[in-house]
Formats: sequence, C-alpha cells, structure tokens
Amino acid sequence: MTAEGSGFPELIPADLAARVVARALRSGGEFAEVYAERRSGLSLSIDESRVEGVQGGGEEGAGVRVVSDGITHFAHVDGLGPEDLERAATEAAAAVRGGRSKSRPLRAQQVRPEPIRVPPGDVPATEKAELLRAVDERGRAQGGEVVQLSAGYSEARREVTVANSDGLYSGDDRTRVRLGVQAVARREDRVETGFETLGAHRGFELLQDDPGLIAEQAAGKALTLLDASPAPAGSMPVVVGGGFGGVLFHEMTGHGLEADHVQKDASVYAGRLGERVAEPLLNAFDDGRLTGEWGTDAIDDEGTLRQKTQVIEEGRLTSYLYDRLRAGRDDVASTGNGRRESFRHLPIPRMTNTYIAPGDAEPEELIAEVKQGFYAKSFAGGQVEPATGDFVFGVSEGYLIEDGRVTTSCRGATLIGNCIDALAAIDGVADDFEMKTGFCGKGGQRVPVGTGQGHVRIRRLTVGGTAV
Amino acid sequence: MAAGGDLEAAARAGVEAAIDAGAGDAEAYAVEEATREVRVHERELESLTAATERGVGVRAWIGGRVGFAYGTDLSAHGLRATATLAAEAASIADEDEHAGPPGAAGPPPTLDGLRDGSVSAWGPDRAADLALAVERAALGGDDRITGVEQAVYADSAERVAIASSTGMDGSYETSSCYAWLQAMAASGDGRETGLGFGMARGPAGLDPEAIGAEAAQRAVSMIGAVKPESRSCPAVLDTTVAASFAGLIGSTLAADSVQRGRSPFAGKLGEEVASDALELHDDALDPDGLASSPFDGEGVPCGRRALIEGRRLRTYLHDSYTARRDGVESTGNAGRAGYRSQPSVSASNLVVGTGGRDLAGLFEQAAEGVYVTDVAGLHSGVNPVTGTFSVGASGTLIRGGEQAEPVREFTIAGDLVSLLGAVVATGSRRRWVPFGGSVSTPPVLVGEITVGGS
Repeated sequence: MTAEGSGFPELIPADLAARVVARALRSGGEFAEVYAERRSGLSLSIDESRVEGVQGGGEEGAGVRVVSDGITHFAHVDGLGPEDLERAATEAAAAVRGGRSKSRPLRAQQVRPEPIRVPPGDVPATEKAELLRAVDERGRAQGGEVVQLSAGYSEARREVTVANSDGLYSGDDRTRVRLGVQAVARREDRVETGFETLGAHRGFELLQDDPGLIAEQAAGKALTLLDASPAPAGSMPVVVGGGFGGVLFHEMTGHGLEADHVQKDASVYAGRLGERVAEPLLNAFDDGRLTGEWGTDAIDDEGTLRQKTQVIEEGRLTSYLYDRLRAGRDDVASTGNGRRESFRHLPIPRMTNTYIAPGDAEPEELIAEVKQGFYAKSFAGGQVEPATGDFVFGVSEGYLIEDGRVTTSCRGATLIGNCIDALAAIDGVADDFEMKTGFCGKGGQRVPVGTGQGHVRIRRLTVGGTAV
Repeated sequence: MAAGGDLEAAARAGVEAAIDAGAGDAEAYAVEEATREVRVHERELESLTAATERGVGVRAWIGGRVGFAYGTDLSAHGLRATATLAAEAASIADEDEHAGPPGAAGPPPTLDGLRDGSVSAWGPDRAADLALAVERAALGGDDRITGVEQAVYADSAERVAIASSTGMDGSYETSSCYAWLQAMAASGDGRETGLGFGMARGPAGLDPEAIGAEAAQRAVSMIGAVKPESRSCPAVLDTTVAASFAGLIGSTLAADSVQRGRSPFAGKLGEEVASDALELHDDALDPDGLASSPFDGEGVPCGRRALIEGRRLRTYLHDSYTARRDGVESTGNAGRAGYRSQPSVSASNLVVGTGGRDLAGLFEQAAEGVYVTDVAGLHSGVNPVTGTFSVGASGTLIRGGEQAEPVREFTIAGDLVSLLGAVVATGSRRRWVPFGGSVSTPPVLVGEITVGGS
C-alpha cells in the first residue's frame, strides 16, 4: 500500500513505526530507527543453450538500530508483523542502559521513486527464457570459435520503509533489471573469455531495444583475446577506456572519500579537504539521482534524499561522502550515501553513481600523444586499501599503444599503483562520457553502483603482466 | 532457537507442499541461525549486532526440469507459497536428462565437535571484552602502531535440516567464530596496514593476544616498503596467500566448470598436474575445519578425498548432478551459501599437505626471491576459465636465504596449472585460514613466478 500523497510503500504503517521507535528508545539513546524491507525477484540463466537455474522467491524483514553514547546497537528479524518488529526493538535496546528517550512525531516525506515503465513481474517468465535463448544464439553466431556461452537474467524489487526518532517517515520502491553474458572462445589450446553486462534501475523496458548486443560484445572480446600476446610488465603511460573504466576512480579515490575511513584516519584523503589532489582539468561527482542508472535510488537507506555531490572540483578535493552517523560527527548534513545491502546490515557510507565528468579532449587525441604505452579498454574489477591508497585492477581488454596507435591486444594485465600518485598523474580526460554498472563490496556488504567516465590518460602507471 | 524438531518438520512440510504443487520430486533445506557481531574502535565499543534468521530453500523437479525458490515464512501457508514458486520455476527451465534429486544415500557419518557451547554461553559483554583485548594487543604490540581501523568479533550458531522425496532426512548443528582487525603503522608520509585474525568453533578457542600481535607485526614489517624490480624469481607464499590460491584451485576442480569447458583442469583427470611436493585434499570431516558437516547441501554424506596426490589429479569435486553426468558417485560437494541459494559444486575444507622445512628453511631453499604476505584483486585478476592470474602483492624480499626489506605495489602473475607444477616445497606447519573458503595450509615455496614492479 502507498500512503496518500507520500509516494512510497508503507510496509509498516506510521503508528506502528512510531511505536517501534519508541520501544527502541525505552532504555535511552540519542537516535533510533526502524528499516523495513520487502525483497522479491526472479533469476534464470542459460548455459549450454539450456535454460536453467530458475529461481524465485522473496523475503521481508526489518532492522532496528539504537545509537546510545555513540555506540550503535542493531538487531534484525525476518518478518514484518508487529511482534517481529517489537522483538527487534527489544533486542536492539537490550544492552542500552539509561532512562527513556523521546522521539519526534513522524512526518511523511515526499518521495518520488524512479518510474518503472514495464514492471518485470508483469512480464511472463517464459518471455525471459525466450530472451536468454535469443541472446545465446546471437553470441554463438559471432563465430565457430565461440565454444561456450552463458547468460544470466535477474530482476529484483526492493520496497523500503524507514522511520526514525527525528520524525522521519519515508520509503522507496526500487526495481532493477540486469543481463550479463560470458563467452568462452577457443582456438586449439588457447582459451579466452569475454564478459559484458547491461543493467539499470529500470523495468523490463531496458531489454526491449537490443539486449543481444551485449552477447555480441562479450563474444567479440573473447575472440579478440585469442590473438592477444602476454601483457607487458613495467611502468608506462596508460589510457583508460570510458564507461567501466570509471571503476578506476571508484577504487582509487571514491573509497577513500567515504567518511567512515576518513574519520578513523584510515584514508589517504583524511584532512585534505580543499587541497589540490589532481590536475585542474579533473572534476568528479557522486550522483545518486541519475535517472535510471544502476546506482540510483530516490532515498538512501536511512531516508535521506539522494543528491549530487561534487567530490573534486578543478583538481581540488571538495567533499567526503556521508551517512547520518558520520555526518553528525563532522557536524555536516548527510550527503545521502548511507547504504546497506539489506535489512540485515547496518548502513555505512557508500558510493552511488561515481564518475569523472567529461573533459575537452577527443579519445583519439589522448592515444595519439603516447609513444609507448598501454590502453586499458575495460576492466574485470579492482580493489583498494583506503588506508594505504594501494590499488589493483584486472584488465579484461587491453592493448599496446605504439607510436600513438593502438596495436596488439594483450591478455592477463593488471594495473597497480597508489591513488595519490595516480590521481595526480591524470593528464587528459575525453568527452566520450558513458556510465556502466557494477557491484561494490565493502565490509561484507554488496551494493549496486554506477561508474563512469570518458577516456582518461594517466602519465605513468605500473602494468603487471607476464612478459618481463 | 526453537526446538530442532520444528525445523526438520518444516523441511518435510516443504517437500510435501512442493509435491502437492505439482513437482514429481522435491527437496527442502531449512536453516536457523543466530548471529552476533561486535565492532570496537579506540578502546570503545562501536557497534553491537544480534540477529536470528530462519528460512527454507525448496528445489522442485518436474521430469528433467528443476526450479528453486526460498522464503522466510515457515508457516504452512508460507511453505506452500515457496513450494509453489519452486514448481513454477521448474516449469520455465529446459529439460536436462541429468537433473534430479540425489538417490538414496547411506547414513551420514557421525561428526562430533562441530558445536562449541561457548558461543551461546558468552554474553555480549564478554564478546566485547574479547574484541577490546584484540585491539589492545595490537596497540600495545609496537610503538610504531598508530591505530586500529577496526577490531571485530563475530560468531554464529546454526542448525540445518534437509528432507527430500527420495528419503533424505537429517539435521546437524554447528557454531563458528572469528576475530580480526586491521592495524596501521606510520611509514614516512604514509602508512602501512596489517591484518590479524583467528577462527574457532567458539570464543573460548580464540587467542586475542596472538590475533592483535599478528596485525601489529604485519603492519610494522611493511614500514619503508619500496617497489621491487620486475623479474622472474622464486616466491614463498605465506599461509594466507597460499590459502587464497588453494581456494582458486579448488574452485577450478568443481566438475560443473570442467563439464562446461570452463576449467583449466578439463581433460586432466588422472594426469600429472603437480610437482610431487604438493598434495591437496578436500576434507569435510575435520572438526577444526569450519566448513565441516556430516552431509552436503543436498543430503549426500561428506568425506575426505585426495584431489592432488602423487603428482596426479585424482578426482574432480562432484554434486549429484555432475556425478550423474560423468557416471560417477557424488563426492558430497554440493555447497550451499545458505537457504537463499541453490546448491552448487564447491570444496568443503581444503587441506594442503605439509613438508619437512620450517619457514626459515623455505627462505634458505629459495635463496633469492620474494616472500608474499598479501595479495589483492583476486576477484578481478584471476581468470578461473583459463587459469591465468595477475594480482597485486606485497611482502618482503628474500636475499641470501633470509628475509630482507619489505616490498609493495607489485604484481605476481602466472597461471594456476603451471603454479602447481612449480611448487618446490611446502612448510612443516599448517594453519587454518578463512581465505579461499576454509583452507588449512603451510607456507608454500614456488620455484618461479613473474614479479611486475618498476
């Protein structure tokens, strides 16, 4: 059900939510919150040209937290009945010692969940199976060397209601659809793989244009790699591709801007607000509202409206990314980055859609100026240790750059470096901006994130390959 | 937790509901779990989490079609809804001649020692004290330690029940706990980090002093680290790194990857794949291994099996589907990530065989090379289909047969098949490590690996 005019699902009615918050505060505490969630979805895959792994199901539950003297007490339960919610509130408050605290009366927030044109639940499952068969056929048609193809379709809906002792009563209704394809190509003993995905905070309309295109792209990547040589090892100029290349900024800088790391002095960016960290050509944002994007929601998982935050302005560090708890400690407002994987997790500062804004250069120009270097067109993923700034990325599609031209395809390359040096070494940003989807893991929680950029050039970076 | 019989009854009711919904065969896997986590920072409690959850995952077979659904409502109504979804899911799938529930199996082995009473007996205050003691041990371990990002204690007590239309009917209880932390040490303008961890069946089995001291020692040992030169050289992998690689090899030995042409070990069964210094077992019956259980995720009795022994690849890991497809017996390796996921082939506890030398002996044997104490980027830097890997690494140099100065920001690269052949020796002492799944391994000396640095 939806409250009159509020625009969000009321998984728990306001009066019950108020009672649960009050119960959570009965032994004291400066803040209490109930977060309720209903999750449902469907996933299926195709492998060896056979539709399999069909999985449906759902669950609902709630997490209750009480913050008392800066200590967070958290309990979660399955089920959204009044007795379930009260049990969670009682458990969360069990170790809090003090007199009863008061909460403000709840006021419904105006929320506009992302519009979903074709709710996936309205589309028959057989149509999704057909889609996978078409994707499979398209990928295999790219050549006889494509020996295996697997593809997965998933749809997920998360309805959320959140209420807290500051009087917030809010919610969201989120639907995400994703298609991923992996192709395996073989030529004699050589085996290579290619992977491509398409996903959005949208309904089934996402897949009504040309979903088979990603099968073609995945197969194309695998086939290209059949001709690849071992990647070089050593330090050289690197041009990073647009779209998922943005994972570089996500790992290199984004994580270090999350306020939990910063406040524990476990980020190389701690204490550096306002400082010059990159060339003036660099502007970067975290934008949780980009219409239809994978990392987009109407509110974060604490009920704060999502927003667009500029984190780097002309090379200067302008903002960290906050949830409520960390914002309170720095005496600033939350930037709407408090996210959690589910009702079973505590919210922590997380990125949403993070990107380097488009620059003035043409991608060809960035490459033409490199005499001897590496072109990392796409990545399999990456990882950073925010405390030291050391990062590593697996390159899924890479090439040599020789005399300003992209030449031999390379396999097995890794990029490695330290984010302070690497960010400062970005000397070119192109205008061919694109966003891509990914999953980000932190503290055992996995959330959907968008990454984006145009082509970007880094003056010098270590490429770790097998050819020494 | 509710009485165990309730969970078994729910599993049986789930099977019946699926048959009623039109399934020819059905299986229900029910889990009830109590979990707890304590985080501390700067000698104070930061957060305290307590939770219980229970749910069921139902597989339904209609002819050669299989579907799966899960739910958290174990009432008769809830089980009916979940079972109906599973049957509907089966009707979408394509026919597969090898699909079907495992046939009747013998009784599972009796396995004692999976549950430690200290998990339930320790209250939240005592658990918090343990986490605080871990952090204190790191902060007091060395003057150069500047802080601890986070010290964590987490435990869980779990009860699992399974039932199927082919006669599976069993349950067991396990408990586990972990403590870990990340210590930071000042190093010039920057800092170095070090991980310390411990794992056991219950908190009484953890040594907070040792866990904290390990983090401090690891962070301090990296102070002043520089980038090494690119080259090919011997490498000693410490137990955490060796465990990560053992886990990767375990996953490539899963028969479903092999059958679908997505494993570098496809077509290598019975062949020489490793040096004689390397032995690898899958052992689901060692009570010290936190992945141990009497039966697997589809009720098939678990066991202990050699995967690599006497240079040869002895078996792949099988569940009932892959076994039927290859015409062999299931090895009891149907893993479950919980009631929310379908079973898939995975290793239980991987055990790497020990050799005759201690760590100093391995350094001596390596003479010149690197001692790798940490790797990063495993999820993006390893291709499980081809076996090629290139991952970020840090550690120390080995010079003149001894541990020398620290190095960081380099890559190690190669492929998993060649790595097995390149193992020269393994250390004399094993350690349980929660990386790469659940792995017990000594440090491992590899004769040659590619180091990418400056």
